[in-house]
Amino acid sequence: MSDNYEPSSAIGKWFDKRLPLLTLFAGHVLPYPTPKNLNYWWTFGGILTFCLVTQIVTGLVLAMHYVADAEQAFTSVEHIMRDVNFGWMLRYIHANGASMMFMAVYIHMARSLFYGSYKEPRELIWIIGVFIFLLMIATAFMGYVLPWGQMSFWAATVITNLFSAIPLVGESITNWLWGGYSVGSPLLTRFFTLHYLMPFLIFALVILHVWALHVPGNNNPEGIDVVQGSQDTVPFHPHYVVKDGLALVVFLVIFAGFVFFVPNLLGHTDNYIQANPLQTPEHIVPEWYFLPFYAILRAVPDKLGGVILMVSSIAILAFLPWLDTSKVRSAKYRPLYKQFFWLFIADVILLGYLGAQSADGLFLIISRIATAYYFIHFLVLMPLLGFVEKTKPLPKSISEPVLSKEEREAQVAGST
Amino acid sequence: MKKFIINIILTILFFSYVHAAEEMNEPLHPDWSFEGPLGKFERASLQRGYQVYTEVCAGCHSMDLLSYRNLVEEGGPEFSKDQAKAMAAMFETKGSPNEEGEITMRPAILSDHFVSPWENEQQARAANGGAYPPDLSVIVKAREGGADYIYSLLIGYEDAPSEMSLDDGVYYNIYAKGNKIAMPQPLYEDGVEYTDGTVATPEQMAHDVTMFLTWAAEPKLEARKRIGFKVISYLIILSFLLYFTNRRIWKDTH
Amino acid sequence: MSEDKTVTRRNFLYITTGSFFAAGSAAVVWPFVHQMNPDASVKALASTEVDLTPILPGQSITVLWRGKPVFIRRRTSEEIAEAKKVSLTELPDPEVDEDRVKNPEWLIMVGICTHLGCIPLGQKGEYNGWFCPCHGSHYDTSGRIRKGPAPKNLEIPQYVFLDDNTVKIG
Repeated sequence: MSDNYEPSSAIGKWFDKRLPLLTLFAGHVLPYPTPKNLNYWWTFGGILTFCLVTQIVTGLVLAMHYVADAEQAFTSVEHIMRDVNFGWMLRYIHANGASMMFMAVYIHMARSLFYGSYKEPRELIWIIGVFIFLLMIATAFMGYVLPWGQMSFWAATVITNLFSAIPLVGESITNWLWGGYSVGSPLLTRFFTLHYLMPFLIFALVILHVWALHVPGNNNPEGIDVVQGSQDTVPFHPHYVVKDGLALVVFLVIFAGFVFFVPNLLGHTDNYIQANPLQTPEHIVPEWYFLPFYAILRAVPDKLGGVILMVSSIAILAFLPWLDTSKVRSAKYRPLYKQFFWLFIADVILLGYLGAQSADGLFLIISRIATAYYFIHFLVLMPLLGFVEKTKPLPKSISEPVLSKEEREAQVAGST
Repeated sequence: MKKFIINIILTILFFSYVHAAEEMNEPLHPDWSFEGPLGKFERASLQRGYQVYTEVCAGCHSMDLLSYRNLVEEGGPEFSKDQAKAMAAMFETKGSPNEEGEITMRPAILSDHFVSPWENEQQARAANGGAYPPDLSVIVKAREGGADYIYSLLIGYEDAPSEMSLDDGVYYNIYAKGNKIAMPQPLYEDGVEYTDGTVATPEQMAHDVTMFLTWAAEPKLEARKRIGFKVISYLIILSFLLYFTNRRIWKDTH
Repeated sequence: MSEDKTVTRRNFLYITTGSFFAAGSAAVVWPFVHQMNPDASVKALASTEVDLTPILPGQSITVLWRGKPVFIRRRTSEEIAEAKKVSLTELPDPEVDEDRVKNPEWLIMVGICTHLGCIPLGQKGEYNGWFCPCHGSHYDTSGRIRKGPAPKNLEIPQYVFLDDNTVKIG
């Protein structure tokens, strides 16, 4: 695709001969052949890249004013909100940006699940994606600790205490994490350090993610391979640059709506109370994007068991390419899987709801059922469906199904 | 399938309803000028609110995150610089050590933080029967229900029902959690004498001081909404432009 | 003909979209730049009031103003006379003493050497004024540069006497 690229300017030629950055860019962005039938669910990759860059840039400038010390963290955040020029805007973008990024990543993952983008030959793209998701979880969690409000403090306490579930060495590990005998300044400072580092690791993984994507090329709503050199593809620029751009701007309208009009809606009021090691808030809840996993954690009556199950609920995603036995990628041609897909989405939303409720009585029973179903989906349904499902016939090429009825008739008429 | 999902959602809604009902009384919801996409604070109300805070609340509640200079800043009570200076000078704060190394007191200036009524938490607790009057700087953002809750709480004092026995230092308030609160009723008819002649009913004072506290918690609210309106207008126009550009680009692709 | 019109209309749309996007992107840069400027709490400290009562003739104090040292010296009559009698031709940065003080008794200036920002030592050097130990600049009793690498006289900040014993710097 980039073999015949040659920079037009003399400087470009000189530079490219020594370091072929322009060729790389030209090959992967400008004329990069992309299936022409990608729908708007495919725009979330670009949106996520934008979110990551936004988080890095706003985070960078916030770090210029933030103080990672238990005594000063809370007031330094308020100093940002009150005194720093545009500080309130930068912080609200950063705080809501985390939520927006998770919203986008969940849609991105759901799209992959629906259209089978994780399947052969794209397993590695998916697995790198799972690692990006894991890093995102760690980064978001540590970031939430930094304002040192009540929720920050008790989230840090509860989550680091999970490690004490590990037999024998558990307590040593928590003390090592804390740099003390409880959550305090040492933990805050190291969380800040790691919170600063991780986005760059994510960025590196994103490069690998895109690199791996550009080997087989994009999957598409039909889930079939593109015919090289056919009418199936369009150049990435301008077709998808503009389409992604449009989706991004619409996404930004929602983003801006949160930042400027309900900046604290997704946060918790208790986090505007400075951390107090002597008093736990009545009702600890994690940020909304962790709620499903929190529900799974609490569904198990055993501490270690809960931790294992929660970790497994994410780890299991990495094995999905092999748990799914169906040869057909897109749910469009898998009538049974399509139903189970929506059932799975409903299950995750239900778990999210349960994560926000107190873990007792009826809620606990429902969370156990929902947790069980989560694993049944991956461990039983996915392998089984490949064998029992009767899939619909696949189109020969991408160009075929997207022709309108009239066009198809015209084509048929023309060929006879 | 769809029916099944709808059933799940209905069940969830039902349970969340039941769950919320056992908490406490729904707070009142007066009309706040700062609500809505282009909401603003009422200057006069903020100024009266500052008066209520200093004359009624400041005896027990600190506001550590605010400085007297904030009273002058745009989007706040917008007192004149001289007024704010005079207000600051009414409080004494610790100065720098003198030649003997003793800390002397001096009148506060604009750059000083609001002077706290207490030296430390222990002193505050000792003076309030063990209860700690929380700092009010961000109280509106730190309480579920925000301004509505604070407003309701301030005027929610009633005589306790006869079957309820209250300990010393606990008061009956219909909007407090469990209807019990450690703060005695703060606002009474004509509790303050407003300089602008407004009649100081408890509702009026609660309204003013809540508006003041809302500003204190979110001093950039007006700028935020103003900029937000511009940003969103820009994005909507850009999305229309991109929509047509996108359509044009894809026109020839079938 | 209509082909041309379509192309013109298309280009117009592309250019409008592109420039609208570029303008917005440029506007986004400002908050990220402006956040590094002095913030509201720093600006609030922009003026300092100093009580002059404890300073006797021949004594100086140093106060902090905007994070910089400000020398306040109550000059002796000899120092004032010395500062006044210097002829302008002797000065690398000619300035009469009257332009450097509001009240001849009080010399108020930013105590930062105009060479590379060190703090000069008081009542030292060849001119009995200030001497910067970093690179050997000599200032006289009016804080004017007389000898050494510094290019300019010590800077005079904005100040007003609020009353006989209080000065507000800034």
